[in-house]
Amino acid sequence: MVIQFFTYILQGTSVTLAVTLVALPLGLILGLAFALLYNYGGLWVSRLAAVYSLAMRGVPPVALLFVLYFLLSGRLVNLSPFWAGSISLGIISSAYQMEILRGALQAVGESQMIAARAIGMSRFQAIRYIILPQAIRLAIPPWSNEASIVLKDSSLVYALGVPEILRRAQQLSATTQQPFLAFGAAALIYFILVFLANRGLDLLAEKTKLPNAAA
Amino acid sequence: MREFPPILQAKNLTKTYGENVIFKNISLDVYKGETIVIIGPSGTGKSTLLRCLNLLTPVDSGQIFLEGEEITAPSVNQDQVRQKIGMVFQNFLLFNHLTALGNVMVGLTKVKKMPHNQAKEKALQELERVGLADRAHHYPAQLSGGQQQRVAIARALAMDPLVMLFDEPTSALDPELIGEVLGVMEQLAHEHMTMLVVTHEMGFAREVADRIIFMEKGRIVEEGTPEDLFERPQQARTREFLGRISELYGKREKG
Amino acid sequence: MISFLEFFVRYFPDLLSGIGMTLLLTAEGILAGLVLGLAATLARTYGGKFWRSLAIAYIELFRGTPLLVQLFLLYYGLPGLGIALSREWSAFLALGLNSGAYQAEYLRGSILAVGEEQMLAARAIGMSKWQAIFYIILPQALRLAIPAWANEPVSLLKASSVVFLIAVPELMTRAKMIASRTYDPIRSYLAAAVLYLILVYLVDAAMKWLEQHTRLPGLSQARQK
Ligand SMILES: Nc1ncnc2c1ncn2[C@@H]1O[C@H](COP(=O)(O)OP(=O)(O)O)[C@@H](O)[C@H]1O
Ligand SMILES: [Mg+2]
Repeated sequence: MVIQFFTYILQGTSVTLAVTLVALPLGLILGLAFALLYNYGGLWVSRLAAVYSLAMRGVPPVALLFVLYFLLSGRLVNLSPFWAGSISLGIISSAYQMEILRGALQAVGESQMIAARAIGMSRFQAIRYIILPQAIRLAIPPWSNEASIVLKDSSLVYALGVPEILRRAQQLSATTQQPFLAFGAAALIYFILVFLANRGLDLLAEKTKLPNAAA
Repeated sequence: MREFPPILQAKNLTKTYGENVIFKNISLDVYKGETIVIIGPSGTGKSTLLRCLNLLTPVDSGQIFLEGEEITAPSVNQDQVRQKIGMVFQNFLLFNHLTALGNVMVGLTKVKKMPHNQAKEKALQELERVGLADRAHHYPAQLSGGQQQRVAIARALAMDPLVMLFDEPTSALDPELIGEVLGVMEQLAHEHMTMLVVTHEMGFAREVADRIIFMEKGRIVEEGTPEDLFERPQQARTREFLGRISELYGKREKG
Repeated sequence: MISFLEFFVRYFPDLLSGIGMTLLLTAEGILAGLVLGLAATLARTYGGKFWRSLAIAYIELFRGTPLLVQLFLLYYGLPGLGIALSREWSAFLALGLNSGAYQAEYLRGSILAVGEEQMLAARAIGMSKWQAIFYIILPQALRLAIPAWANEPVSLLKASSVVFLIAVPELMTRAKMIASRTYDPIRSYLAAAVLYLILVYLVDAAMKWLEQHTRLPGLSQARQK
């Protein structure tokens, strides 16, 4: 019975992973765009990006999730709860990822840009070939942290009825009358997922570290 | 001339860190009112010896007696022993969140449970003694290195210790600040405070020490009065070390 | 836009009654978390093997799982073991336990930053280990922790919103009630979002004030050496 229990919840695990794997890259692309706009976009564009970041990060993810979900699943377009929820989480994460990348870009510094321009690179080439490769390495440790937050926040789409780990646990709890086991199993699976994600990203950080880079 | 028993006595102390033997079978008698200077190359175990005497680090074997009572016995309250042995560190180690006055008072109020007003009065006296009464309300970060070290001395003195241990008290100081700390220590020696001082300040050793101990590789190589060691060293190693030290010392005075 | 303003003004009193509960939950969670986090850090740093393992297990478990799962485990799960908690108690416990695990990490970082040597100096004047911890290490560590710790109230304020999923009557729950009454979820949750934004801004300002008023003269310079 314990095995059936776990396999039922494990089916939710693939949904949880799918939500995360949609939200995280989407947040990265949007976050990178906003970070570049902030750093290189001129005064007004830069201010707009800053306001976006402040507003998004100043509101609880679950409140934003509901606003975005209702916009994406009826008002603006008509997406399924899975897609509306995943994309909403991606948009929310983009503000946090923007801050991570912005900090990394700033840490690489103006002097690298000047050096790149000095050998005849265009601004775009300098960003693409000199600044970004360095910034991404610097961003990996804080980005890992954000990745595990997105993984944990994916549990919020429970509220939209998406059959992820927590929703499965709730169904199990109702059918088996074993609520502690059901939610305990959900917690255990999350713990393992977060643990594995952290270890994997630590390895990535280790692999991509530059020699002599400050630890 | 010497009062028996010694105020602080170490018998056959041995200390190891893992495989590493720091010192073996070291014995040492410190008599009331005397100033002993310990010299020796770095890594020799001088700091470790002082920490063992103060029970901040346990010895592997051997005994330590304070006023004839064994303080290495398992039944001894180590916190009470440390109150009676003052310690001054190379890097001052003032409590960063307390003013100079607070640093001197905290042992009195929290450890000795002295009433606040009485503790304050006593602490101010100790600061006066090291010439820093006017800096009582400064935080450590607002004091020079020399001032910080004098506060550290006052903090130790406030506990009315039987013995004061100094571990290279001037090594972390800029040259122009060394004098003020040595001055305070010299004054303590004249007041017949019992002191055990690890230092490379040969001028201080020559002027103030009653006895000098030369330590090397965890052993006491030679000991004697300043005249004995400086004028007639018995061991070749002692001669070599003193030669090197005076060379360095001379260079610094020129530079 | 005008219609959102009208909407906001009309339902503001409703939402306001939820703000009280949101702030209460946040404050309770922060205080409970502070006590738990402090205990966990002390156990982890100065405790014996048993206490150290217990503290690490607590910190890792609560940082490694979603708050929502912890909340459900307390509210829906515990009755399975014969322990039934009210919504408010479940919310309070979940927020406090969760925050405690994070606060423990802030405190541990700053205790390590204070350094072993302060302990040595305290022992040298005859303090016991626990005297040294309470009179010398903690006063410094707590001050050092403030800049990093100051993010926690804002973070918990935002996190507290998930308790609407067990219908604790706080801000999000009020928004949900308005949404089902008006059939206008977007404006309802947007109104809640605006209020959260204002609360976050206010709490953040309070934390900045705290940071500035607990600084020791010159301490930051001393730390750089
Ligand atoms: N806590 C420790 N753990 C391991 N080895 C130590 C420790 N403290 C000191 N040592 C070693 O003991 C030796 C003597 O050190 P120390 O007493 O500081 O010498 P000195 O003060 O004469 O320079 C050194 O080799 C040092 O590396
Ligand atoms: Mg030393």
